[in-house]
Amino acid sequence: MVHQPNFIISKDDWSLHRKGYQDQLRHQEKVRDAIKKNLADLVTDESIIMQNGRQIIKVPIRSLDEYKFRYNYNKGQHGGQGDGSSSVGDVLGKDPSGAQQKGQGKGEGAGEQPGIDYYEAEVSLDEIETMLFKDLELPNLQRKTLDDIRTQDIRFNDIRKKGLSGNIDKRRTLMEAVRRNALAGQKHLKNIHPDDLRYKTWEEIEVPHSQAVVLAMMDTSGSMGQFEKYIARSFFFWMTRFLRTRYEHVDIQYIAHHTEAKVVTEHEFFTKGESGGTICSSAYRLALQLIAEKYPPNKFNIYPFHFSDGDNLSSDNEKCIRLVKELMEISNIFGYGEVNQYNRSSTLMSAFKNVTDPKFKNVLIKEKGEVYKALTTFFKAGDAIQAS
Amino acid sequence: MKKNELKELEEAIEEITMIARDFGLDFYDMHYEICPSEIIYTFGAYGMPTRFSHWSFGKAFHRMKVQYDFGLSKIYELVINSDPCYAFLLDSNTLLQNKLIVAHVLGHCDFFKHNARFYNTSRFMVDSMAASAERIRQYEIEYGKLAVEEFIDSALALQEHVDPALVGRNMRKGNQAQSVASPEQVDPYADLFEIGAVKEETQSQPTPRFPAEPEKDLMMFIMEHAKHLQDWQRDILSVMREEMLYFWPQLETKIMNEGWATYWHLQIMRELDLDEGETVEFAKMNAGVIMPSRTSLNPYHVGLKMWEDIEKRYGREAMWEIREVESDSSFLRNYLTKELCEEMDLYLYQKVGNEWKVVEKDWEKVRDMLCASRVNGGFPVLTAQDGDYLKNGELYLKHSFDGTELDVKYLEKTLPHVYNLWGRTIHLETVLDGRAVIFTHDGKKNHRRFQ
Repeated sequence: MVHQPNFIISKDDWSLHRKGYQDQLRHQEKVRDAIKKNLADLVTDESIIMQNGRQIIKVPIRSLDEYKFRYNYNKGQHGGQGDGSSSVGDVLGKDPSGAQQKGQGKGEGAGEQPGIDYYEAEVSLDEIETMLFKDLELPNLQRKTLDDIRTQDIRFNDIRKKGLSGNIDKRRTLMEAVRRNALAGQKHLKNIHPDDLRYKTWEEIEVPHSQAVVLAMMDTSGSMGQFEKYIARSFFFWMTRFLRTRYEHVDIQYIAHHTEAKVVTEHEFFTKGESGGTICSSAYRLALQLIAEKYPPNKFNIYPFHFSDGDNLSSDNEKCIRLVKELMEISNIFGYGEVNQYNRSSTLMSAFKNVTDPKFKNVLIKEKGEVYKALTTFFKAGDAIQAS
Repeated sequence: MKKNELKELEEAIEEITMIARDFGLDFYDMHYEICPSEIIYTFGAYGMPTRFSHWSFGKAFHRMKVQYDFGLSKIYELVINSDPCYAFLLDSNTLLQNKLIVAHVLGHCDFFKHNARFYNTSRFMVDSMAASAERIRQYEIEYGKLAVEEFIDSALALQEHVDPALVGRNMRKGNQAQSVASPEQVDPYADLFEIGAVKEETQSQPTPRFPAEPEKDLMMFIMEHAKHLQDWQRDILSVMREEMLYFWPQLETKIMNEGWATYWHLQIMRELDLDEGETVEFAKMNAGVIMPSRTSLNPYHVGLKMWEDIEKRYGREAMWEIREVESDSSFLRNYLTKELCEEMDLYLYQKVGNEWKVVEKDWEKVRDMLCASRVNGGFPVLTAQDGDYLKNGELYLKHSFDGTELDVKYLEKTLPHVYNLWGRTIHLETVLDGRAVIFTHDGKKNHRRFQ
């Protein structure tokens, strides 16, 4: 009997079957959109602010789950298998989301599953920054006209037959080889002669560049609580990253103040806590002093930003207004951010109410999500202000 | 794969096929396709390589691929219920792996061909899914990619709500036409959980109810009765409903089917002349497949143990019949014994405070819970009670509460999708903390109202 196998084995060419990848791309696109929509939340996300050089970040996104009617897993019983010695009461695991959830205050509410209902996407810090910084710029940036605001750059603009091997121009070298072969009647590229080698060479050019200094002032007095400091630092964190990635020549001076102000290092600024009363004018005075000493306004674009809870010594307010006006005369803009969770009437903000100079920008921050608003208000692209 | 390897594989398949036949397995003609891992993942993510495109499949595909790339999991094979039966083998499999997989796949194909749940499924789904995918591509061109995507988003949210028993039920309905079928006779849950207030509300309407009886097949109900839908949208609903009906029997027979295939690959592999290296590799691979899990039931393991026990107690002849007539929930109900529960150390666990704890080891309670969890493919049963609620074209759905609450967050996110499909306000009645509650979505926001 001859056995007819009733099976086939085949091996198709699947290389054109790209659907999985295409739909994966679409999914990533949606993740990106969701991140964009969540930027305001992400800006104050602790895991990002606190990350130390970790470039991949897990971002919680609330819209990419595929929702359907399903059972509440947390309220049901499920089957499992032991190794033969299981007994009632054995703990299989803890719920990490429950433990991490802070300030939820709802307890075992109906169907509340904090931390489970969102999709975690992995994105790099770079990606978030690209989206975040896309529409930000130092506003009202001016070209200052002195010699030392030129910067050196190099430009590859010549091709030579001799040079450094790191600078071989591969395309031109191949073209030469092809041409030589073709002239010799060779149809194909056969070999590359030393004679074919072409090198790029460069010249140094000078590019005019605007110089700028940012004066980051933060209230560190006793009235600034955890939340207030966190908000101020979040703002300055992103500001610093933004300036570092987008501008080459921006100085940042960090000024911390309570009743007195002092220039501190970046590290101190972001980590050290202080206490005591508040006299905001001390910071403005120190800013003016720094400008006078190191940043002449004819050479520098100047950007003072001050974050406070607005709780200033009343008798100091008038002085503040005078100094801020003085600062604005020589600055491109002046930014005041007030962290005021409960919408108290703040002495400083009411004092600033009457400042009408278009250079004066202020933002009131009541919740975490509004740090993003501060960034976009202070660094709004295309926001030109007539220089006075 | 080199020529001689392919030759070896072909010879192995021929031998395995003959052994399987001798055992009495009866399967369709087989089409083995050797393909790269990406294709197997496409398959796993989409359920079928020819299915339509959607970002959610891309997400699943990506997750599977990452797990594979990091060595966390590996899919060796995938098999499609079709005639001929397609089996996809990973091109990096060793010959021994392929032998085991081919033996396993033949078990699946025998099961597909003979289990009653599969009697009504189309055996030509590879082609019809390809055709549907092509139509949906055309809709994208005609009506815009985004419009189609958003519609599919909504349809996917509701796709498990079909009624595989519809054919049988319609026949029953014909017989009962004279004797006024009460909803209780049709909806197996209606008599268990009556919530008075709603009944009064719907019964106080003197006009005939619409639908006449609670309708479990929401996909069909919406497809037929949602007023604002365009033809292309109805077509997409119908495509997705058909696809769900195709996948449905596989959801209902997971433990039986995987156990059956595992049982048979063991029988067949024992007949093969394996050398020492192959024997070790086989033992390792098999151990991996049937490894139990503390937090879920491994269908390969549980199914295998049950089939082996059935063979011991009733003989192999009984196995052929059982594989024809049962589905997971009746299989567990009828053949999961006290001894098996103890041998496999089965238990129930649940969340107690912040911890997941073993809470039940009583074998009957374990068995009952496992049976219950397999009902309706593990999905909550929802029925359309009224398609013209408040005489306003609103849709009133009711969850047949069976003791387990719905996930409220998901529910509230799903209602807007149902609204997108129906086009009018949606109500859903369910039970939370022992009280009847009605969720309503009016196109803008959700409300909830306890009865």
